[in-house]
Amino acid sequence: MKALIFDIGSTFTKGVAYDLEKGEIIGKAKYPSTVSEDVNIGLSKVIEDIKAQTGYRIEEFEIKRATSSAAGGLKIIAIGLVPDLTAEAAKKAALSAGGKVLKVYSYELTSLDLEEILFLKPDIIILSGGTDGGNRYYPLVNAQKLSTLPLNIPFIYAGNKDLRDRIEKIFRENNKEIYITENVMPEYGVININEVQKLIREIFLRNIIHAKGLDKVKKIIDGVVMPTPLAVLKGLEAFSEMYGESILVDVGGATTDVCSVAEGAPTQSGVVWKGLKDPIVKRTVEGDLGVRVSAVSLLEAVGERELEKLANDLKINPKERAYFLSKNTNFIPEKDEDIYFDAILSYYAVKISVERHVGHLEVIYTPMGTLYFQYGKDLRGVKKLLLTGGPLIYNPHKKTILKGAIYSKDEPFVLKPISPEVFIDKEYILFSIGVISEISKEKAKKLIERYMKRMEAWEWS
Amino acid sequence: MGERTVVLGVIGADVHAVGLRVLDYVLRNAGFDVVNIGVLSSQEDFIKAAIESGARAILVSSLYGHAELDCKGFKEKLKEAGLEDIILYIGGNLGVGQKDWNEVEKKFKDLGFHRVYPPKTSPEDVVRDLKKDLGLE
Repeated sequence: MKALIFDIGSTFTKGVAYDLEKGEIIGKAKYPSTVSEDVNIGLSKVIEDIKAQTGYRIEEFEIKRATSSAAGGLKIIAIGLVPDLTAEAAKKAALSAGGKVLKVYSYELTSLDLEEILFLKPDIIILSGGTDGGNRYYPLVNAQKLSTLPLNIPFIYAGNKDLRDRIEKIFRENNKEIYITENVMPEYGVININEVQKLIREIFLRNIIHAKGLDKVKKIIDGVVMPTPLAVLKGLEAFSEMYGESILVDVGGATTDVCSVAEGAPTQSGVVWKGLKDPIVKRTVEGDLGVRVSAVSLLEAVGERELEKLANDLKINPKERAYFLSKNTNFIPEKDEDIYFDAILSYYAVKISVERHVGHLEVIYTPMGTLYFQYGKDLRGVKKLLLTGGPLIYNPHKKTILKGAIYSKDEPFVLKPISPEVFIDKEYILFSIGVISEISKEKAKKLIERYMKRMEAWEWS
Repeated sequence: MGERTVVLGVIGADVHAVGLRVLDYVLRNAGFDVVNIGVLSSQEDFIKAAIESGARAILVSSLYGHAELDCKGFKEKLKEAGLEDIILYIGGNLGVGQKDWNEVEKKFKDLGFHRVYPPKTSPEDVVRDLKKDLGLE
């Protein structure tokens, strides 16, 4: 069986061709994306190139599917009640469905918020708020406000179940497309995002692909089956089925994604797990951390003192350099110092994004002795770290970059993995493995075994 | 939930869980919808749980003697959060070293609690008061 999997991104359309029986890559191609004109131009170029490499015409591939992150990705706005409860749960649901969360709102939406929502042009809005049987005021008033917006997009209601009928009516009366699903937080502190995630994917397939002009690809291939970030997440899930609990870091030019497949329960005694629990499969996206478009905001997150040290060590002005990179997003480093600077940027992107993804401990002094509060996941015991993203895969200074993902005694309360084995997605194909895993887990695993390359300890430690 | 929803928890750095379990059990049997946020709960934990669950009462438990300190400013925060009308109870070991219960009771009423319970209060008393205060009888 042969498969040709595409990723239609905002800059490039990539294609990877496989012979699935042999479990190997038989061709790879990319071409600048042509989504704004006609997505099929770019797609056809990739197909031509693949044919030149493999001798196979597109009809000869039994599986031909695509993922997409084009036209800004799947843009979602999440609305909840209390910021670290239902609003956070709605955000987590959107991220785990492969969405790009434009903004999160809590409590009552103001007229300024509504204006901003219009300006942000979301593809989907998720409204939540209240446990089942809980708060009635906020979901209703926010539904009323949202339903009057001149927005022709799908809305999802995933809040207090008692209000479902009334919310549905409010949106329908205003001729809005409304989908009702399970509450993201049915009981206090209990997160429930599976149903919302499924619904988001259904809406993506049914509406969003069409709205972005991506359904044209059906003339040539089977279709766009999921957002690219979801495909990457599925790739990691297959990986963790083979190797156990895992973390993935994906460094890009604009964002850095971190995903974990792990429970993250406390690993020592005297620890109380507080706050909303993270889902086992958790994804976070840092829109301010990247090595090109987001290079300037990345350095802002690094802090002045470290930057000064960096400037002294490298004998350059990091801020000027970052500004240059943010304006020249296609810059490919060739000189040693440029390659090294890219590694430094990647290191910070990895360090800060993993810091924000993992849980942390807080010391509590009680009359009964010292205790710890744990917020989020304790990933210190996770044994597998998978790295992907161009800046990571192609940079020789992997040792430097990697350190950012590892637990440090200098920050003992940041619960990063202590001594993971490191794997690299050296062919940059994890997304396509995610797509294949939905067709055959076994074939996907064969590819993981072959192409997710284990780094020997001497290579990085 | 709704009409009969109450938030229950142990405030501050206090880990005494047994009384809370008993109260949780009795309140559920009496037909209340209980949101039990557990031990080591901050004022903010109580407030957030009450907002999302639409609770009508908050029941604070404290056994380790620091209740007064832990509850300072709680009523003000509830007002800030728009929960100024919520029914507020406290019970447990509230007056360490103080012999006169009336003084203790007054102190906590001044902090905004509607009812203040001394040690050895029967849970049934709390149920009765709660039904009365919430107009459920």
